[in-house]
Amino acid sequence: MSTSARYWREIPQRYRYEASKCKGCGAVWFPPRLICSACGKKEFEDVVLPGTGKVKTFTVIRVAPSEFSDEAPYAIGIVDLDGGPAIQCQIADCAPEDLKTGMAVKIEFRKVKQEGEAGIINYGFKAVPVL
Amino acid sequence: MAGIVGYGAYAPRYRIKVEEIAKVWGADAPSYKRGLKLVEKSVPAPDQDVITMSVEASRNALRRARIDPADIGAVYVGSESHPYAVKPSGTVVGEAIGATPNIHCADLEFACKAGSEGMFIALSLIDAGKMEYALAIGADTSQGAPGDALEYSAAAGAAAFIFGAKNTVADVEHTFSFMTDTPDFWRREYMYYPRHAGRFTGVPAYFKHVTGCATAILDMAGMKPEDFDYAVFHQPNGKFPLTVGKKLGFTDKQMEPGLLCPRLGNTYSGSSPMGLTAVLDIAKPGQSVFMCSYGSGAGSDGFIFRITDHITGVQDLALKTTDYLDKNQVYLEYGAYAKYRKKIRLGE
Repeated sequence: MSTSARYWREIPQRYRYEASKCKGCGAVWFPPRLICSACGKKEFEDVVLPGTGKVKTFTVIRVAPSEFSDEAPYAIGIVDLDGGPAIQCQIADCAPEDLKTGMAVKIEFRKVKQEGEAGIINYGFKAVPVL
Repeated sequence: MAGIVGYGAYAPRYRIKVEEIAKVWGADAPSYKRGLKLVEKSVPAPDQDVITMSVEASRNALRRARIDPADIGAVYVGSESHPYAVKPSGTVVGEAIGATPNIHCADLEFACKAGSEGMFIALSLIDAGKMEYALAIGADTSQGAPGDALEYSAAAGAAAFIFGAKNTVADVEHTFSFMTDTPDFWRREYMYYPRHAGRFTGVPAYFKHVTGCATAILDMAGMKPEDFDYAVFHQPNGKFPLTVGKKLGFTDKQMEPGLLCPRLGNTYSGSSPMGLTAVLDIAKPGQSVFMCSYGSGAGSDGFIFRITDHITGVQDLALKTTDYLDKNQVYLEYGAYAKYRKKIRLGE
């Protein structure tokens, strides 16, 4: 089944890393929320996540779902963004044995998956080691 | 005067050496390295394509242009390896950089000169006063058939240029285009790999069109090769641009800063545009830059740029092109390369 509509709805976050910042307590939420989980307020301003951070933790996927089997083994991690929230994403361009917590990474635009040979290509963000 | 207000490049970090490809096909690596003047080429990761590289190059261009992306009025992506047969690359790029929805967008294709086509159109829109800024991208993840001479050079990379009329870093003083119908390289619909006409790709194709375009634009400008600080030509291999440049009267010193092919390979639509980004990274105010693209089929676009005082303030605002060439390369064996480039047919 096509997931075009769902993919399309998530474009602001997947393409441009748009988050919401609570006008009450300043907490940044990604993806955006309707109610701040920290203070309960409902007013937010749009912010864009910083493009750099450090690997907080990660796990290596060796037996991957079929959509990702070409890329196995690959790492999924939590990245503490510099001055921003933590996000979960794939960590690309790095062999699992070279990956370390605390490693400096930047966010790059990548293919996340494609819906078979005839379906749409899903683009989004991944973390990669800084040059 | 209209010109470039921001520029950026992107290249994947994976590489494969000529020796690694030659080993698999029983070819003589030294003769390929000598013949192509090429030691290695870039390889896109499995999660990279023309769209992802275009976005990254455009973001580098935006960092240098320091403009609101919403002020960009057009996005043109030139490539012969657009990920979709039907669905624009430019819509994804425009959306990702925050330029939508008030933009004109088109995907262009003209073998290796689709990038300079976009540059020509973007510049013309600025010259015509139709918009404040226009973005032109040249990007490719081209494929050579396994064992074919093209496999040693077909590489991946992208260059992006934001054109505008204010705060330019390089003014465009002259342009010229030269084109004939010349069947030197092609790929038919549904075909996975391109075909080429062997030695016919040389004298009647690359050399005729580059020489024709370069000679005409120099005449138009009333300039000689020695009037330029840098010269960038399309780089299908490391040899052709140096040969044509010398025939025209340019020197190695003028051409080497923009000659990326020996370490990067042929990035097709990104080739001469990426060479231009490498030159802009080191250019000084007042210097002049000559650029001539080439696309099979066949044609060339020529540009003459004059570097402005603004260049020094933007060069360090994004990664430089040589950073992508020199830092953290990951070298692949042929097996991984074949998997990454989907040269291996998998079962259902």
